[in-house]
Amino acid sequence: MGSEAIAFYLFGAVAVIASLLVISQRNPIYSVLLLIASFGALSGLYVLLEAPFVAVTQIIVYAGAIMVLFLFVVMLLNAPHEETERDERLHAFKKPGPVRFGAVLAAALATELAWALTRAGGETGAFPGAAVSSVRAIGKALFTEYAFPFEVTSILILVAMVGAVVLAKRDARG
Amino acid sequence: MPSLSDYLVLSAILFAIGTAGVLIRRNIITILLSVEIMLNAVNLSFVAFGRALGTADGQIIVFFVMTVAAAEAAVGLAIVIGLFRHRESLNPSTFTSLKW
Repeated sequence: MGSEAIAFYLFGAVAVIASLLVISQRNPIYSVLLLIASFGALSGLYVLLEAPFVAVTQIIVYAGAIMVLFLFVVMLLNAPHEETERDERLHAFKKPGPVRFGAVLAAALATELAWALTRAGGETGAFPGAAVSSVRAIGKALFTEYAFPFEVTSILILVAMVGAVVLAKRDARG
Repeated sequence: MPSLSDYLVLSAILFAIGTAGVLIRRNIITILLSVEIMLNAVNLSFVAFGRALGTADGQIIVFFVMTVAAAEAAVGLAIVIGLFRHRESLNPSTFTSLKW
């Protein structure tokens, strides 16, 4: 087993375990911090895939900006603990309505995933040698071939910013 | 040397974890975090496919997905703040004003 395979399984295990812990924590602060760990492992996987631009963006934008936004909101609201009765997760199938429906959907998804994993034996082999990984190539494509989507993205960010301000603002009349 | 299917299996596992989080958690912030896990699982498969095809398109799509995720997080968290002001709760079951 080469060093690349070891790194893949290491980063993959960290990402999966951290994600599992994210959805099993009751305190959102721990969830956010564990998700940052998961994103760090994913960034390592991007390095393995020879995509350094995505790896760095993952750290700067996701772990640095979006997760800090989440942390801000968790601390601002100061309602850390989930207010559910103790046995909700263990007996999700016995709960009425939407909770049971969600548990059934999750079970169906897990079954489908297990089925897909047993059939994923087809070995695709290693990746072809040359990877387009230079930031120069990505930047060039962004400003020529993908110029229109890039500009639409700026409008999207502007709209999201205005929307966030309007939604979070205190009602002036009240 | 991990192959494309290894990365796709890892991506599927992460996506399933995110979906399970959305379906079973009762806290809006944790649900939004689970959505982020799902987006990252999809990003991983985009990059792996781009690597297998030998083009930069996968990484460019990841760039756009990250932008949309940032916008989604900003608007979603603003909505969470607004909801918390109204009901003093983060449990989605308490927001039933639109229930028929």
